[in-house]
Amino acid sequence: MTVTSEPSSESAEATPQFEKAAQRKESRRGFLLALPSYLYLIIFFVIPLAIVLVYSFATRNRFGGTDLSGWNLASYERIAEPIVRTILFRSLWLAFLTTIICLLIAYPFAYFLATRRPAIRNVMLVFVMIPFWTNFLVRNFAWRVILGNDGPLTKTTEFLGLGTHELLFSQKAVVLGLVYGYLPFMILPLYAAIERIDGQLIEASRDLYGSGWQSFRNVLLPLSMPGVIAGSILVFIPSLGAYVTPEILGGAKTTLLGSYIVTQFLTARNWPFGAALSFVLMAIMLVGTVIYFRKGGRTL
Amino acid sequence: MSTAVEPRGWAKAALHINGWLVYIFFYAPIALLVLFSFSDNRNVGIWGGFTLDWYQDFFDSSNARGALSNSVKIAIVVTIISVILGTMAALALERFTFKGKKVFDALLYLPIIIPDVTMAVMLLLFFGEFFDVLDMLFGLQLRKGFWSITISHIAFNISFVSVIVRARLSGMNTNLEEAAVDLYASRWKAFRHVTLPQIVPGIAGGALLAMTLSLDDVVITQFVTGPGWTTLPVYVFGLIRKGVTPLINSISVIMLLASMILVVLSLFAERARRGG
Amino acid sequence: MTAAVELKAITKKFGDVVAVDNVDLAIEDGEFFAMLGPSGCGKTTTLRMIAGLEFPTQGSLSIFGEEVGTLAPNKRSVNTVFQNYALFPHLTVLENVGFGLKMQGVDKGETRSRSMEMIELVQLEGLEDRKPSQMSGGQQQRVALARALVNQPKVLLLDEPLGALDLKLRQEMQLELKKLQRDVGISFVFVTHDQEEALTMADRIAVMHEGKLLQVASPEEIYETPANRFVADFIGRTNLLEGTVSDSETVILTNGTSIRAHSNFAAGTRVSISIRPERAKITQQNDDGNPLSSVNGTVETITYLGNARVYGVKFTWMSLEVREENRPGVQLYEPGTPITVSWDHDAISVVAD
Repeated sequence: MTVTSEPSSESAEATPQFEKAAQRKESRRGFLLALPSYLYLIIFFVIPLAIVLVYSFATRNRFGGTDLSGWNLASYERIAEPIVRTILFRSLWLAFLTTIICLLIAYPFAYFLATRRPAIRNVMLVFVMIPFWTNFLVRNFAWRVILGNDGPLTKTTEFLGLGTHELLFSQKAVVLGLVYGYLPFMILPLYAAIERIDGQLIEASRDLYGSGWQSFRNVLLPLSMPGVIAGSILVFIPSLGAYVTPEILGGAKTTLLGSYIVTQFLTARNWPFGAALSFVLMAIMLVGTVIYFRKGGRTL
Repeated sequence: MSTAVEPRGWAKAALHINGWLVYIFFYAPIALLVLFSFSDNRNVGIWGGFTLDWYQDFFDSSNARGALSNSVKIAIVVTIISVILGTMAALALERFTFKGKKVFDALLYLPIIIPDVTMAVMLLLFFGEFFDVLDMLFGLQLRKGFWSITISHIAFNISFVSVIVRARLSGMNTNLEEAAVDLYASRWKAFRHVTLPQIVPGIAGGALLAMTLSLDDVVITQFVTGPGWTTLPVYVFGLIRKGVTPLINSISVIMLLASMILVVLSLFAERARRGG
Repeated sequence: MTAAVELKAITKKFGDVVAVDNVDLAIEDGEFFAMLGPSGCGKTTTLRMIAGLEFPTQGSLSIFGEEVGTLAPNKRSVNTVFQNYALFPHLTVLENVGFGLKMQGVDKGETRSRSMEMIELVQLEGLEDRKPSQMSGGQQQRVALARALVNQPKVLLLDEPLGALDLKLRQEMQLELKKLQRDVGISFVFVTHDQEEALTMADRIAVMHEGKLLQVASPEEIYETPANRFVADFIGRTNLLEGTVSDSETVILTNGTSIRAHSNFAAGTRVSISIRPERAKITQQNDDGNPLSSVNGTVETITYLGNARVYGVKFTWMSLEVREENRPGVQLYEPGTPITVSWDHDAISVVAD
């Protein structure tokens, strides 16, 4: 901090005490600036989080309400049940699938983007971001329409003589929707990482008799790995907790973690269990984020 | 990266095709949606001649209009408060050191990474308990509604705004503020005349993001909303689960339009950022 | 006469690091004063303390007799030209220049006229409605100068003002700055790590190293009679011969040779004899010279500089540089030639660490 604060109007000789007092005054200013947001987050974020934790140890009483006395681990134990485990693994698996597919599509695209002229690059990037900025709900709905029973996709497959498709309300549809929603999250970090690589390294590889594939495997891929990791985490984490997409495109057969949690609160009325599940989801996210930052991920 | 490393032959063709496919993949659904919103057919997804009936339905539907106005009212209040708090937080983190700064910094990131669902649950439980406590202590009977939604939206938007403003602040030359006080400006005047103009594009970007996130939010709003305060996304989400209708289509396109406008505005803010 | 800026026992600590160590300094009114030293020597910190951008940990700082050490920067009649100019990008040149006046509450009309006057003084008329990004480095620097001087400060501070300019421009600006200072009349205090720049521009130079003030003197004094080994080595090029003081007129080099050199150090003090390359002469090896002011050796390298030649002369126990102006008719020596290097015993100095 370089700009110094105003001391008393009487100027005197400098002393260490004065210096400390000036620093403290500066510190206090900063603290006061941060205080409103700090307090806000503590009241409306940290405390709610704590309440979730507390609820996860509570019991569901007969009427679907929550009994806060009598702490127990029943909710957490329930997570080990087969149904829950299935849902959990299904969610992890779909999130993983989404991530891999995004990676396969985004990597060539990011490379393509990074090798365009600078002027074109920015325009192309903007056009990648625009759909991302439009309403999430709407974008999922668009796929709902396209995949509908009489929708354009069916028309196309019938036209091609492939009969009807069964994409809607299946896991495939959910993955499709998730990929559609989170592809930009994979493209951006990959692009940033690849763009930063010195092109001369690839040229050097070819100069040293490396084929295209070898140059990719031995030079490009390792150097772009931070981007790969960053993108993967940025896609995997939201996919894991997705709710809207599975609801709209998934249907009853493919219950995922997000929907399952919501059900606990809206229909099944087992709030402690829902709280426990939310907390577990949050914990997985935190672990993923820590890995992201450890691997040198940068803030968006 | 220099363009000299463009691959040759089939790899080049494959890359180009992949590029185009991605763009088609992104825009086709949106384009189709817009197209079908004008289709005169109860079955969304089948073309049946041009019509504006569904947009008429939207204007006729008081539920839809009500939801829209709720969304806008909430978004405006949320944006204003989030921008003020978020900017203050960004300034504190970028220009000062104080006790507990690291904790504050970490705390600010949590709302960004936390899943929607968890946050929705958190706030649902919170308001439940909070209202109980108020009732117990003051006999005050509050219900979920405008303020529970607004408070919830602000809770995550402060972080997003602060990230954007921080980026802008850290890229700024700190000598400028020193030059200002060297030229007889008080701390406040230095902020108003030098720092603020420099970060305005960041604040604008943050405001647009906050508005977008508030207008878009589904899950959190669904959990903390109260009677009479349905927002547009929640309304649409409810409709979708009951079945696909052309009305949803037209509302969707309207929402799309609103998003597009915000995107274009943010692009101008970006241009201003680079220019100044 | 009251000094324009006076520092007494000024110390600045950042945690455990002592950036400025007990500095006593008096800068006279109307001086072009340079603070010179390598990176990290404390010169910039000292400048910032005069500006008010840092508060000293200890000591007295006064401007024309008035104690200002703990006064905020916006209350001191001192202005700064920053290293990268720190021009406000969102304001025009005119608005930049008038910024200080506006902050002081000067009315619009007067602000405008005084700013325009300044802009003309630095020869930027016609450009006042441009933004800084539309100007070259040299022009930006002039805007920064105008912006500072328009407030009629008592002292002008400049932090490495010419660092960002290319060589030719830098040399031009050196002369312009010198002229500007004479026209305006106030003290200019500028910080640089370029000793040539300091020698060219300053009336007096303060050499700093590791937070300590080593010497404050005119360029001639600093060059001819450096206060210690560091100053001798930092300013210009020099040959340093290690030895010990034998008596007030003699120093015995580490290889045993006696050299005539005047000094005031106690006998036995470890010293270096500083011989500037241009003060030494090369002649064919002979025995005519004064053995107390010459050494014999062989030419090892010749570096051609266009306007001079630098001979690297090798001795059994060290090497020396001798600089010979490239005048017509001067004798040239080939590598391998045995020669004698000699000098005037008055033209050397003895320095301790």
